[in-house]
Amino acid sequence: MSTPTIEPAVFSGDPYSEKHLLDPYPFLASLQEAGPVSWLESQQTYAVVGYAEVYEVLTDFETYVSSGGLGPRDIRKDDGWRPPSILESDPPIHTLMRRALTGVINPGTVRALRGDFTAPAVTLVDELSRRPGFDAIKDLAEKYPIQVFPDAVGIPMEGREHLLPYGNMVFNAFGPENYIYHQAFAEGDEHARVVMNACKRESLTDDGFGAGIWAKVEEGLITEDQAALLVRALLSAGVDTTIFGIGNTLAVLARHPAAWARLRKEPSLAKFAIDEALRLESPFQKFHRTTTVDTVLGGVDIPAGSKVQLFIGAANRDPKKWGADANEFSLERSSSGHVAFGMGLHQCVGQPIARLEMEIVLQQMLEKIHTLELDGEPTPILHNVLRGFESMPVRITTGS
Amino acid sequence: MTQLSERLDVVVADVDHVADRVVSLVLSRIDGEEFPSWEPGAHIDVYLGDGFTRQYSLCSSREDRDILRIGVLHVPDSRGGSQRVHENLVMGAPLAISAPRNNFPLVESRKYLFIAGGIGITPIIPMLEEAEAKGRDWRLVYGGRSRDTMAFGQALEDKYGSNKVNLYAEDEVGRLDLQEILGMPRAHMLVYACGPGGMLSAIEDFCMGWPPGALHLERFTADTLGAGSVSEPFEVELARSGRTVKVETTETILDAVEKVGVRILSSCRAGLCGTCETRVISGTPDHRDAVLTQADKDANDVMLPCVSRSAAGCGRLILDL
Ligand code: HEM
Repeated sequence: MSTPTIEPAVFSGDPYSEKHLLDPYPFLASLQEAGPVSWLESQQTYAVVGYAEVYEVLTDFETYVSSGGLGPRDIRKDDGWRPPSILESDPPIHTLMRRALTGVINPGTVRALRGDFTAPAVTLVDELSRRPGFDAIKDLAEKYPIQVFPDAVGIPMEGREHLLPYGNMVFNAFGPENYIYHQAFAEGDEHARVVMNACKRESLTDDGFGAGIWAKVEEGLITEDQAALLVRALLSAGVDTTIFGIGNTLAVLARHPAAWARLRKEPSLAKFAIDEALRLESPFQKFHRTTTVDTVLGGVDIPAGSKVQLFIGAANRDPKKWGADANEFSLERSSSGHVAFGMGLHQCVGQPIARLEMEIVLQQMLEKIHTLELDGEPTPILHNVLRGFESMPVRITTGS
Repeated sequence: MTQLSERLDVVVADVDHVADRVVSLVLSRIDGEEFPSWEPGAHIDVYLGDGFTRQYSLCSSREDRDILRIGVLHVPDSRGGSQRVHENLVMGAPLAISAPRNNFPLVESRKYLFIAGGIGITPIIPMLEEAEAKGRDWRLVYGGRSRDTMAFGQALEDKYGSNKVNLYAEDEVGRLDLQEILGMPRAHMLVYACGPGGMLSAIEDFCMGWPPGALHLERFTADTLGAGSVSEPFEVELARSGRTVKVETTETILDAVEKVGVRILSSCRAGLCGTCETRVISGTPDHRDAVLTQADKDANDVMLPCVSRSAAGCGRLILDL
């Protein structure tokens, strides 16, 4: 009650400037120096960058709700461009949708995918390893998830080319309505129409996650509208994120040849390497919550109805949590507890799928590729909230 | 079992028939000393002779250090303990017990929802007293087959009022509607539940996706004599590294294994995300997570070491680590 609160530091920099989108870390470091919670003048939101504070917001879903939307606008005040998804709902609606999803996507059902997910990775990496080099994003990271994931959900072949632009649109909408946003929405109606069609019961195969979700309608857990929304949530949240997850992991490892060599000897460490890479280069960098009551975070007073913006990329590099070498990749570090997949109520449902895809690809590469290095600087993608690369030339050697 | 806890000699100072097939035993020390202090959620081992040991939650007031009270449900077809308790324990009978231990501690919070099924009310009673004394926001939902089987139910309602104490007798109002009760997770609200296995599994289902640490469950021992804990210390053998670690009641398998430098990939550390899934080579786990399917839990081939433990009577798990 009587803990003294402080005025937040007022920060004038713009996290959505091209410069800061393409290289976010220097900006995030200066935000972090200002304190765990600051006032972002340019966005008129609170910026939360401390690990402990981000964790607190993510796990206190009552004070910091999701129904205001993950973007900067309070979608409860003006209708967003689409009906709210699981990401944008609070209990009790969220509870039911989440139960339906976890009934379908859980360690058991994901474990069963390993075989189906391995064959395409073998073929793809086989082919790439016969070349002296390739583009790790265009030739690999963008190819693999788009091959395996839509099959696992069970959507038709036709129209899959809309998945990437659709995901791009959904995620860019978690940022401000700048020119990046408008570009992403250029043919938005068409992408949204095709994807929404693919989510219908009659469009789906009868053995994928999609059908599993529709079965929850029969069980009386969710409505038909919710089923379609949940399938759509998988399609929008499950593709881009994983592509960037694979790309970012390879970007980190291409700069750490010693780690690559060690992983080849001890492939059981691969999953730890991926986890540490996700901490360091988190694909989903920022999203919002809305306060329901006056509250205090990191010593700062925040009035009810405020938007707070969580900087995942800063929390995952907070020296208070990760130590003085927080900006470094380390195979020795336990990155357990990082928030690249969120935490608490909304923690990523697709986490086991994403980890499976990333691990299979990396294991295949470690098996066949002796050394991996950058062949020129990777080109970061200009995206409001996702961190990743659109191109990354690499040079490889193999035994032969 | 292996734990050497202080053995106390007590005498049955009072036997009270508190509900259909439930007796309450009041124990006092033979040497006239006070009992060691204990916290809400604590239990004692009762040594019933011939190697029979049973665990019972304490349901007396912690203020009163002269006595301990336990509630015992009489299960007609059970092989051991409750039969002995009911038939052989009369006023003045001597008995050996352990000092109180606690595997179900009440964690500090602003709000609590307590859910009790049948004799599972016993460990909850001292928790209510504690929450009330600290001025916390709390509610008890207590279900049973019929009012006359619900030990202490009327007394609790009289003491705290029907706003806070909600009694649900199945023959009057049907079963507890757990979905309605748990539909809305609240921040800073912890759920403490004790009761039959089916009820606890249903609660786990409904709390899937709740924030880490919100749900605390106390399981009945296998023979449902009463609320008892299966949280004994046990050993975990790590098959790949050839090491064996002891897991104390106060730590998780994940903690204990990481402490000796063996790595397990983990994320939420609360039984919600499934990242730390580990293959079980032998032994029977006590699954306490909210993500594995029932089929996985029954097969016992994998477990989540962040929350799950070793089943009662299984002193050693061998894991693929
Ligand atoms: C490396 C890849 C991925 C990353 C970094 C990631 C990140 C995240 C994060 C940070 C959240 C929490 C958002 C919040 O708290 O508001 C989230 C939620 C979610 N993710 Fe992922 N994700 C990934 C892959 C996937 C995949 C493959 C799927 C689909 C199977 C998926 C489906 C979802 C869904 C449905 C939610 C919403 C859960 C809820 O609101 O309860 N994600 N993800």
